[in-house]
Amino acid sequence: MTLAPPAPVHTSTVVVPRRRRRRSFRAPLLGLLGVIVFLAGWQLVAAAELINPSQLPSATATFARLGTMVSDLEFWRNVGRTMTAWAIGLAIAAVAGILLGGLIGLVPILRRGTHSSIEFLRPIPSVALIPLAILTFGIQMQAALVIIVYACFWQVFVQVLYGVADIDTVARDTARSYGLTRGAQLRSLVLPTALPYIFTGLRLAASVALILAITAEMTILNPGLGNVIIIAASNGNITTVYAVVIVTGALGLIINLVFRAIERRALAWHQSVRGEEIL
Amino acid sequence: MPETLLKVEHLKKVYESSTGVVEAIGDIDFSMRRGELVCIVGPSGCGKTTLLKCISGLLRPTSGSVVLDGKHVSSPPPNMALVFQEYGRSLFPWLTVRGNVELPLNHKKLSTAERASLIDDALLAVGLDHAADSYPWQLSGGMQQRVAIARAVAYQPEVLIMDEPFAAVDAQTRADLEDLVRRLHLERGMSILFVTHDIDESVYLGERVVVLSKSPTWVQEDLVIDLAPERDQITTRALPRFTELRTHVYEQIQRAKRGEAVRPAA
Amino acid sequence: MTLYTSTVRTAPRRPRVWARLTTTTVYALALPISLLIIWGVWGTIAPGKFFPAPGRIAEAFVKTWIGPAFVTDVVPSLVRLAVAILIAIAVGIAAGTLIGLVRWLRELVEPLMEFFRAIPPPVLIPVFVALLGVTDNMKVIVIAFGSLWPVLLNTVDGVRSTDAVMTETARSFSLTPGQRLFSLVLPAASPRIMAGVRQTLSVALIMMVISEMFFSSSGLGFKIAYFQRNYLIAEMWSGIVLLGLVGILLAVIFTFVERRVLRWYHGIKEVERA
Repeated sequence: MTLAPPAPVHTSTVVVPRRRRRRSFRAPLLGLLGVIVFLAGWQLVAAAELINPSQLPSATATFARLGTMVSDLEFWRNVGRTMTAWAIGLAIAAVAGILLGGLIGLVPILRRGTHSSIEFLRPIPSVALIPLAILTFGIQMQAALVIIVYACFWQVFVQVLYGVADIDTVARDTARSYGLTRGAQLRSLVLPTALPYIFTGLRLAASVALILAITAEMTILNPGLGNVIIIAASNGNITTVYAVVIVTGALGLIINLVFRAIERRALAWHQSVRGEEIL
Repeated sequence: MPETLLKVEHLKKVYESSTGVVEAIGDIDFSMRRGELVCIVGPSGCGKTTLLKCISGLLRPTSGSVVLDGKHVSSPPPNMALVFQEYGRSLFPWLTVRGNVELPLNHKKLSTAERASLIDDALLAVGLDHAADSYPWQLSGGMQQRVAIARAVAYQPEVLIMDEPFAAVDAQTRADLEDLVRRLHLERGMSILFVTHDIDESVYLGERVVVLSKSPTWVQEDLVIDLAPERDQITTRALPRFTELRTHVYEQIQRAKRGEAVRPAA
Repeated sequence: MTLYTSTVRTAPRRPRVWARLTTTTVYALALPISLLIIWGVWGTIAPGKFFPAPGRIAEAFVKTWIGPAFVTDVVPSLVRLAVAILIAIAVGIAAGTLIGLVRWLRELVEPLMEFFRAIPPPVLIPVFVALLGVTDNMKVIVIAFGSLWPVLLNTVDGVRSTDAVMTETARSFSLTPGQRLFSLVLPAASPRIMAGVRQTLSVALIMMVISEMFFSSSGLGFKIAYFQRNYLIAEMWSGIVLLGLVGILLAVIFTFVERRVLRWYHGIKEVERA
């Protein structure tokens, strides 16, 4: 028991920094290990031919095919076609969703009048409209766009509705008491409140758009990655199928990461107490 | 000595943080007898909550020991109940008031009848017998804290530890809750360890007030409150002795903040 | 000494209840009925090749689905869907809880999970067809596998983020690990889990539709694609309507279950908003 000095001094015992740094590297290392174990397991199962190679290609064969594909121009054209449909569909859905969502969300009569129709139309799976789209537009990108826009619209629309409804009553009363015009209120009150919701809606819509773009190509058979899968599958070219599956997963991952990054940057100022809004 | 319920010896807790090492608690020594109501006060940031967490077994101290009822504390002991400051985050919102009070009793070997009577008794003691089927979030802050207290009381612990429980409650409710704590202490002989930053509250409630120093924390003073056991918000707080005691504690805290107090040699 | 000298008179309440009921119904039906009328009129005046009048669709609906087709195609589809959903939810919650609670396990599988979740589920259908052939079991498995990711990942998230004060409370009262899991961790995670279940339901429906329309020779989806290929437009539309009804049914069931399970959560939100 030593005599402590009157002014508190941080008696620094020796810090063990090793433990801290090891913990921050542990997660990525374990994650990498997980991926390696999975790939190794895959390779073992395929090599031991526990499953027929025409049903399950080996990991090495798949990645080799992936390598060949990446150097093929046609592959990138297909990626471009898929992403074009994705981008256009997402853009149309986003604009429509934000405009209609904002309009209906802010006008109470519209809100009440459309409530039942929204609850009725929303659960209808967009893919149910695929046969109709094929009939109406044939094997073209427009058919795919109908499917993409219909589904993504709801994602954005519903989020904007929630966002506009979430305006803090105190903030709104403050704005009104200061006599802000409608336009100013929209800019400085509604938009900032709705912005996080808009970003969430866009992020969800972006991943839905990819799913439907590829699904449309698989079913409507307009050109693109989904089409490549179907053709490869019907030719028994299972290695290509698996390779394209990996590509689509990578695309989905990239889209997800990009949109999360945008969301985080743009909303750095926003104290998001709400996580993923529980619908 | 069976009289001593809680003994804290040379308790020390050191944290590693991103900015270096923080010695939250330097050397804390005190003990508590059975049936006592001891209040702990100290300047802000002196590690009161850390101390409570070490005593209650939620945190492992760097060195020193905590002995509760003859047994060394290394994890939350079964004969202890905690009441937290954040009642909103401590009560389970998916359970009713009765459900919340009942939950800790479920792993004690009790018959349904015994359990029910404990719950009813605890709710009656805190004045919430009419709200048993409400949910915590339907109640006001003060009532929620009563639920937390009822939960602790029904558990029948040897010692009740309260971590600044009334800090997040308005002044009038706080007065009622303070009287509730005194009543529980007197009527049931509960041993209570009460941490607070409110000096008046510590003197009003406690039989002893332990004043902590600034970080690295040690026990600056262990003061006996020689007020009558029957206390009252109006009369007790008007007593000259009350004013003397609270002034003394206040001065001690000021000295603690300025770091003027010097630790006596071992 | 009161300041008010006049009593406050309130209007009698009963007539207002009726008035409110009628306004709600009017609002609910106004738009849909107007749209149907417009469509009906348009359909009679200038029938589009692929957009028959609502009357014809209703006729085709009764003719096609109210009968043996219901038992041979619709019921099996719905049964497969239901089984797959239950499997997906059970596996998702069980695995998600385990992964969420065991830190090293989560770190091990997290990149894999994120990748599998990012794969557009319908893309897996050719993979499973190649692996398992077009059997009933395959159909259930592919729907379950494709749709379990939202609930799995949401469960992992929810289980990880239990409130620290609640956890300390549970520890301070010496709750057993089993009690902690079922009385604290899972209820606390239930809002997140339910959000995942909602997404799982919609993905499962998509998987069912796609797998039946293009990779199967029976089922509701198959019948719709069959009608389309044979230009039986009204019948095709009736199938789409039926699919829409299935989607709505799923949404209704989900809302019902969610309202009951998360009654406390909605209660808190209401109190906060007040």
